[in-house]
Amino acid sequence: MGLDVARIRGDFPILCRQVHGNRIVFLDSAASAQKPVSVLDAMDRFQRSSYANVHRGVYTIAEEATAAFEAARAAVARFVGAGASSEIVFTRNATEAVNLVAYTWGRANLAPGDAVVLTEMEHHANVVPWLMLAEERGVELRWIPLTPDFRLDLTHADDLLRGAKLLTVSAMSNVLGTINEIGPLARAAHAAGALVLVDACQYVPHSATDVAEWGADFAAFSAHKMLGPSGIGALWARAELLETMPPFLGGGEMIRDVTKAGFATNDVPWKFEAGTPAITEAIGWHAAIDYLEAIGMADVRAHEVELTGYALDALSDRFGERLTIYGPCDTAVRGGTVSFLFDGIHAHDVSQVLDEDGVCVRAGHHCAKPLMRVLGVPATSRASFYVYNDEADVDALVVALEKAEKFFAL
Amino acid sequence: MAEYEDLYREIILDHYRAPRNRGELPVPPAHKIEGFNPLCGDEVVLYLMVTDGVVTDVKIAGQGCSISQASTSMMSAAVKGKPVAEARKLIRAFKALMSIHESKLDGVGDGSDLAAELENVRFGDLEALQGVVKFPVRIKCATLAWNTLAQGLDEAAAD
Ligand SMILES: Cc1ncc(COP(=O)(O)O)c(C=O)c1O
Repeated sequence: MGLDVARIRGDFPILCRQVHGNRIVFLDSAASAQKPVSVLDAMDRFQRSSYANVHRGVYTIAEEATAAFEAARAAVARFVGAGASSEIVFTRNATEAVNLVAYTWGRANLAPGDAVVLTEMEHHANVVPWLMLAEERGVELRWIPLTPDFRLDLTHADDLLRGAKLLTVSAMSNVLGTINEIGPLARAAHAAGALVLVDACQYVPHSATDVAEWGADFAAFSAHKMLGPSGIGALWARAELLETMPPFLGGGEMIRDVTKAGFATNDVPWKFEAGTPAITEAIGWHAAIDYLEAIGMADVRAHEVELTGYALDALSDRFGERLTIYGPCDTAVRGGTVSFLFDGIHAHDVSQVLDEDGVCVRAGHHCAKPLMRVLGVPATSRASFYVYNDEADVDALVVALEKAEKFFAL
Repeated sequence: MAEYEDLYREIILDHYRAPRNRGELPVPPAHKIEGFNPLCGDEVVLYLMVTDGVVTDVKIAGQGCSISQASTSMMSAAVKGKPVAEARKLIRAFKALMSIHESKLDGVGDGSDLAAELENVRFGDLEALQGVVKFPVRIKCATLAWNTLAQGLDEAAAD
């Protein structure tokens, strides 16, 4: 069943606007997705009718706010296949979720010489926290390299994992679109005695996610990439891990008791949620999950597979060798994020010309500079698809790219 | 006319396609300075030879968008053979040209001394980069070479 993209697009007010007199063609959902009216309305309605701080007051709207906030947590838990709501820690975003693991679990469990295995395709959010630990306490970082077709080269994975304490890997690359099969990786890591953190930031928005089936230990993701608001994300972690991990930030909400001499921490997950959380954003995230579930994640994935195939064909048919695509060509192992580069034309210059046609693509290093160095390019252009994109958007991209190529032709 | 044609004047594209002074200089005696734009990954490598207060030679390398690379090329042509004092003056003037936005972003200057900086400066080809001001996110591309040059002149002066 194909998606009714015309109907879906109607749910997104921003997609009705024009840019430079042209229909907006939004192809940058990998950076942040647009919001349907149901999300905007849910947040607005909540702020108008039930807003109060959570877990504090006993008055009616405080109870309503707390119930709505915790219902959002339950929705997130269900959406990713967590065993219980208490396994979901709300954070500001995926970046904070990874940092939470590095800061609390990492500092409690990693000693000088301990190894963390990561991959060459990680986002800075899943690189820099580990580099910080490497600098701070001499943790060794080992990098899983790439194959020529932009997938993980697991030839020496067992050697890399031997004796490691953690494997941290993205479920889908935000540059290459590559989807990494987490199940086998998690089994290999566990066999070597390592825990597994999944950067699920690009995966959760686009595919049915089941962290239990992955067999992972931690997963990090953000609401804003899945039609929800910015300002909220989550760390999923197995309950036993959360129980034993030291707290993250200190403050209100995360304590059970405080005296002049010390403090006792709250139950999980609140132990990791110091201070007033992103309350309205949690409500918005819940609405985004409802929206995606109404479409059905299997259909979301099927739509993106089809559209990505169409885009890959259109780009190579039209531009051939002059345009390099950085990512697998097999749509079965990749998502709808397509990075590309014209021979001799910089990604920023391409984006500038595309903007004139209302075509929004990202240009740059996509917060993955180690990967860019592996690819040997300073930047790429990146078009990424979501439920509101269709073939007409790809066609608009191709037409705009033709203009860019002509303009910058040597 | 498309708006971007104001940004990409012909002379800019010419410097981009055929950059002047591309190459390297032996270090030392030359100074090698690398400038990065962390936002977009543009990279400017500058080899600077300063002798007796004069920029006797400049070579450039690096990679990036047409604006950053054209600006680098134009900069190299503009300061080669010039006294350091004049090169510094040109840096100030160029940054003033770009600063309608940048000085605001950086929170320095109120623009009143802009006119003074721009007076009596012969921009030549550099004038073509003025269109960049209309595209605020690209200003950093244009100023990268000049910030790198400023750093290089400081290093040379410290010798
Ligand atoms: C793969 C991946 N990991 C992590 C992040 C960080 O997400 P956020 O900026 O929401 O923390 C991103 C977002 O760009 C991403 O694409």
